[in-house]
Amino acid sequence: MAEVLPADGSVAHAAAERSTASLHRNVMIGIAIALVIAPFVAYPVFVMKVLCFALFALAFNLLLGYGGLLSFGHAAYFGMASYVCAYAAKHWGFNPEFAILAGTCVAALLGLVFGSLAIRRQGIYFAMITLALAQMVFFFSLQTPRFTGGEDGIQAVPRGKLFGMINLADDRTLYWVVALIFMGGLLAFYRIIHSPFGQVCKAIRDNEPRAISLGYRANQYKLAVFVLSATLAGLAGSTKAIVFQLASLTDVHWSMSGEVVLMTLVGGLGTIFGPIVGAIVIVSMQNFLATLGAWVTVIQGVIFVLCVLLFREGILGVIAKWIKKPL
Amino acid sequence: MSEDIILSTSGLTKEFAGFTAVNGVDLSVKRGTIHALIGPNGAGKTTCFNLLTKFLAPTRGSIVYNGRDITRQKPAEIARLGLVRSFQISAVFPQLSVMNNVRIALQRKRGDSFDFWRSEDVLRSLDKEALALVEAVGLSSFADLPAVELSYGRKRALEIATTLALDPEMLLLDEPMAGMGREDIERIATLIRKVSKNRTILMVEHNLSVVASLSDRITVLARGQVLAEGDYVTVSKDPRVVEAYIGSGVGHGH
Ligand SMILES: Nc1ncnc2c1ncn2[C@@H]1O[C@H](COP(=O)(O)OP(=O)(O)OP(=O)(O)O)[C@@H](O)[C@H]1O
Ligand SMILES: [Mg+2]
Repeated sequence: MAEVLPADGSVAHAAAERSTASLHRNVMIGIAIALVIAPFVAYPVFVMKVLCFALFALAFNLLLGYGGLLSFGHAAYFGMASYVCAYAAKHWGFNPEFAILAGTCVAALLGLVFGSLAIRRQGIYFAMITLALAQMVFFFSLQTPRFTGGEDGIQAVPRGKLFGMINLADDRTLYWVVALIFMGGLLAFYRIIHSPFGQVCKAIRDNEPRAISLGYRANQYKLAVFVLSATLAGLAGSTKAIVFQLASLTDVHWSMSGEVVLMTLVGGLGTIFGPIVGAIVIVSMQNFLATLGAWVTVIQGVIFVLCVLLFREGILGVIAKWIKKPL
Repeated sequence: MSEDIILSTSGLTKEFAGFTAVNGVDLSVKRGTIHALIGPNGAGKTTCFNLLTKFLAPTRGSIVYNGRDITRQKPAEIARLGLVRSFQISAVFPQLSVMNNVRIALQRKRGDSFDFWRSEDVLRSLDKEALALVEAVGLSSFADLPAVELSYGRKRALEIATTLALDPEMLLLDEPMAGMGREDIERIATLIRKVSKNRTILMVEHNLSVVASLSDRITVLARGQVLAEGDYVTVSKDPRVVEAYIGSGVGHGH
């Protein structure tokens, strides 16, 4: 076997990559089919909630799993986008597509500013700075009730008409829009991690000094992946505001940042589809256990500890190991 | 001074909290030669490399590369000027495949890769060249393996392939053969000699027979200072060099 490989190594190499790519394509098709079936077997609002958080977790995983950057403050981009989208839809009468776009752009900008401050530091210091900046966003939101509605949040956000034509008031109609946004986000994520840019990000994640010694200006790549991640998180937060017709302090709270970490870890850090599984698990759990009140938090804490101690690779990480293919 | 000095330092000094690891080193490397930097453990060789490639900022002194003062440059810029290093502790990208380790270096030819919207299929055109380099260091049977699964010696070989992929004008190799078996040492020595044809190489190596057979010139470093310089015969007869090595308990393979 080893003797044969050198002659057509590049063929074998291409074949291995093709088989992984076709596996991923099949999973994507599976997800698309599941999205079509889902609203008929589950509550559309519940599925939409899962999709928003799955998109948020994908964004977080882009940064940590592929950029090697641990942000403890991702709620800032999710929550700020949620506020801006809700405000634009409610007070400026933006169509939903423009409201979502506005929220997403603000998240991107916030990512650019916070990212450029944070990437100067490494490891735990990086994480602490992202947390501190996110706390600033939280207090800003608390202190500016004219914009955020303070403790009440921005309520009764109109879902409006998509492109001024399609009324989104009906959950079923809105569902297809959210499903499309999610699928678009997933495809964008997949393309980013499989682009020339994604290759460099993975190299920097694996060994930053080595990447620098090859001439890559690591900080520029880290900032770029930070902004992309904040943008996707913003898309998730904006969409969430339209779905629930609400933007509130919960969205910018540090516990939201913690939840996205949990979803990503449960599903499988650095796996492509893991965060989606993680979002399904956590959101379902929150829904089914909602009657238990504060116990939900305790159970989440236990899951977190178990994940870190026993289940490092997360659900999809373990499956990927079994089938010996990246998922 | 003259055109054929590619890299020179003057009074290069690095202090770590009162401890001087590199002390007033004047080094000049002639273009197109293999120059070895040797010395007992802790002599300051790796620190020198870190200073030359800007991974550390010198406390004092200056560095001139190709007639250009690079004392205040950033490490990524040094690489872009054609001065590329390898690391003493094997530096690969563990989760990338062997092929992709090399390809990431070849990708530098495209300039910056901020194109996150493009498929990585555009990198396919680099595969052939990547594979040729992987073959040159004897790793073709491992091309698709994640680098983390390679043995230590093979990681070193991969690192050399990655470094060569940049086609640098000058190479800084920090103990390229450490941890390699005898066969691999021969292979890599042959490769180094081959690629040195149109390049300059500055190399730290403890294996003295490799140093003797490969290098045109040797600088001996001890306690951060240059102890001796010359060809192998001159240097190996120098009583101060002999003493420095015996004083530190030699033992590096010889
Ligand atoms: N970042 C640092 N902080 C403090 N001291 C350091 C640092 N880096 C190196 N040193 C010290 O500087 C001295 C020179 O180290 P260096 O790694 O350059 O030696 P070397 O010649 O490469 O040795 P070896 O043959 O073992 O690789 C050592 O005493 C080391 O402990
Ligand atoms: Mg050293």
